[in-house]
Parts: sequence; structure tokens; C-alpha cells
Amino acid sequence: MAVAGVLALQGDFEAHASMLHRAGAEAREVRTREELDAVDGLVIPGGESTAIGLLAEKHDLVEPLRKRADDGMPILGTCAGMIFCAARVDGRAQPLLGVVDMTVRRNAFGRQVDSFETDLRVKGLDAPLHAVFIRAPWVEEVGSEVEVLAEYDGRPVAVRQGAVLLTAFHPEIAGDDRVHRMFVEAL
Amino acid sequence: MAEQRGTDTVKRGLAEMLKGGAIMDVTNVEQAKIAEEAGAVAVMALERVPSDIRKEGGVSRMADLKIIEDIMEAVTIPVMAKCRIGHFVEARILQAIGVDYIDESEVLTPADEANHVDKRDYTVPFVCGATNLGEALRRIGEGAAMIRSKGEAGTGNIVEAVRHLRSITGEIRKLSVMGQDELMAASKEHRAPVDLVRDVAALGKLPVVLFCAGGIATPADAGLVMHLGAEGVFVGSGIFKSEDPARRARAIVEATTYFNDPDVLAKVSRGLGEAMRGLDVRSMPDDERLAGRGW
Repeated sequence: MAVAGVLALQGDFEAHASMLHRAGAEAREVRTREELDAVDGLVIPGGESTAIGLLAEKHDLVEPLRKRADDGMPILGTCAGMIFCAARVDGRAQPLLGVVDMTVRRNAFGRQVDSFETDLRVKGLDAPLHAVFIRAPWVEEVGSEVEVLAEYDGRPVAVRQGAVLLTAFHPEIAGDDRVHRMFVEAL
Repeated sequence: MAEQRGTDTVKRGLAEMLKGGAIMDVTNVEQAKIAEEAGAVAVMALERVPSDIRKEGGVSRMADLKIIEDIMEAVTIPVMAKCRIGHFVEARILQAIGVDYIDESEVLTPADEANHVDKRDYTVPFVCGATNLGEALRRIGEGAAMIRSKGEAGTGNIVEAVRHLRSITGEIRKLSVMGQDELMAASKEHRAPVDLVRDVAALGKLPVVLFCAGGIATPADAGLVMHLGAEGVFVGSGIFKSEDPARRARAIVEATTYFNDPDVLAKVSRGLGEAMRGLDVRSMPDDERLAGRGW
């Protein structure tokens, strides 16, 4: 069975772990470099991207994560995970992995009172996906290597570059495991 | 499906994103920035931290909106604010200015001695304090999307938070081994809605995220409560009433993530300077205890 890591520095990593089980993978929490070395792919969960970035930096995970990404390790990032993987963030500087050639805007859909759920068409899925957006980012612009998989209000909210799959919304708490299956199939 | 806001999934969902993190009390923009740079997942915007509320006495109300809005402007992480228990107009005002979470809090002077706010009708989510499972489920029944232990705010003493967490998790464990025919009596005993009692028995946990609050002053305190089943921590007076707030804030953030790694805990606990001055809860008269507020 493929071993999927979930970066467990902060955020809804437990929700991801249970979706990975449903999608047929073994899920392991990753907080150290040794734990990262032992997984076939990595989920970067929702949470606060500033907190996740600072902890990753402090515990020397940024370079090892970049290296695994460069070597083609499959990554699924949701919300904060999407931001952390971006090359550029619109606004204040924060630690980023920079493995996907795009600019993201944090909290682009607004504050919590503007958070919402809706159904969304995603390239590669035959029926619409139920998507939960929580203080969600959107993608401002993408490089030529990046494929846009879904848009909302004319803004990209799901993208793929190589083995890295990113969503601005939270498939892990919407109860639909098809995005996690896409990730697990790539392991 | 059209876009829907303020659903249970969206409200409880934000608390899911805060898990494994530290939420810090701040009273101005400078403190809010220190908290954000230290890795806090959210800040609680207040006029006074609980230890000062305790010292100064008088009636404690919702903070001046200017303070809250300045902090919302200054940081990108979620901003929470407190309303008095039962004060639904303070709650409506906080929703109108767009705070990310409302804490209906016993730290402020209660406005209603029988009823809490009906939290179901709001788009903004609420967090509420609890000392035991019944209290937690009554708050969830009213619409709370997140629960925290009450502890004893402003004391720097972890003993009450430990009591409340052990009580909540212990009572959940008891429910999870009960037969279906015992759950109605359990609901009566806990004075909690039976549907929620059944949900908890089936899940083996609360249906919302559970944080610890009330008395955390050191990284070791944060580690302790994470072991006892908290899914994250609120730190009130513990940071900005200590000698070196920025350093202590970073240490508590790391301790919350690496609570199960004693080497990291040892590393971050070293040379933090003096912690906030603590209070012995046992010698405290009942009318000075905040945890008894709420019904």
C-alpha cells in the first residue's frame, strides 16, 4: 500500500488522514525530515500558512520539501497548502516552498463571514465537486507550466503543475474523496 | 448548488484549520504583529487581558471597536473578539464589523444570568467555554462551532484547565461505551440534548473542535493540555504579561506542534525569562472565579 504523508505542523491534518484512508492509502503524520524521507507523497493541509511556513522553516523542512518536490514526489495542497507551494504571494512576505509557478492572493474571497460552500466543475472529474472555501485564497496568475483545473468567479481555484495538485478549497472536509483519489493514484 | 454562507460546515471548518495552533490574546496592533510573527494561528482582540480585568475589577464589556478594527487591519490571520454571555447585541455588532470568530466569554461580565446567545442564526462562528461535557453540549446545541475549556483565566495556573479537560474527555469516554438504551438517562444527567449525546457516543469526540484555555503560561503547559486531548491552545495573559513575549510566544507555538517530542520541548523551554506571576486558585473566593459564569 502506498504511504501518504500529511504535513502535521498545524491545521486540519487529521481530516486529510481520514480521507487518505478512504482513498486507499496509508496515512502518516510528518513533522520531521526523517518522517518526510519515509513517505511516497505528501499532503499539505489547510491551516494558517504563516504558522505552517514558520514552523517548517524553524525545523529545517523547507529545503528537504523542495528537494522532494523537485524529484517529482506527488503533493496535494489545500488552502494554506496551496499558498505554501506557490512561488509568489500577493502582499506580505512569508516562507514559501515556491514549487508551483504562480502568484496567490491570500484571503482573496474575504474574511470568515464571506466563507462559503458550493458545487464546482473540476477538470478530470465527471460530476461537480462539493467545495468548501474558508477564508480562501485564489490564484492571481499562473506560469505556462501550470494547468488550471477549476475556476470560481473567473479565478483559478484548482491547479496542477507536474505532480503537484493544489486547491483553494477543502476537499478534506466536504466528504467527497475524489480529489484524494486523484492524489493517491499518482503515488 | 448556489453559494451558501454561515453553514455548520463553514463555521466548524475554520476551527478545523486552527487545530494544532496557538491563539493569543492581544490588546493592540504591536502585540498582534508579535503574535503573528511568532506563528499564532489567530489573535483574540481585547481591551484588557484577563489578569488585568481581574486586577481592575468593575464591569468588563466588549472591546472598543477601534482596537478590534485596527488589529484586523494589521494582521492576515483570523481575528477573534469577545462578547458578554447572553449579550446578543454585542454579538451582532461584532458580526457587522466582520470579526472571524466571536468568543461568548465568561471573562467578561455576563449580561444575562439565564440565557446564552442563540448562535445558530449568525454567519460568524462562535467559540464558547465549558467546564464539563454537559456545558459543552448545551453550547453546541445553541450553535457554538468550537469549544474551549474555561480553566481559570488570568491566573497563569493550569490546574483548572486540566480539571475541565479531564472532565470533558473522561465523560466522552464513558458515553462511548454505553448502550443505546442508556443514552437518554445520560442526556438527563448531563442536561444536554440527546441527539448530541448520541453523536458524541458514536464519534468518541465532540462534533466540534476542542481547544484549551485558562491558565497556560509556559510551553510545558501547552504540551500538557495537548496530551490531555486539547486540539490547540488559547493563551491569554501568559504571553504579554511575561518578561519576553515574542520569545515565549514562539516557544508556545512550537510546543503546541511538537507536544509529543520532549527534545523540542526542552529546547524551547530554556531561558525564556520570567513567566507571568501566577495565582493560587484554591485560596480564591468563589465570587472571583470566572469559570462559574455561564449556565
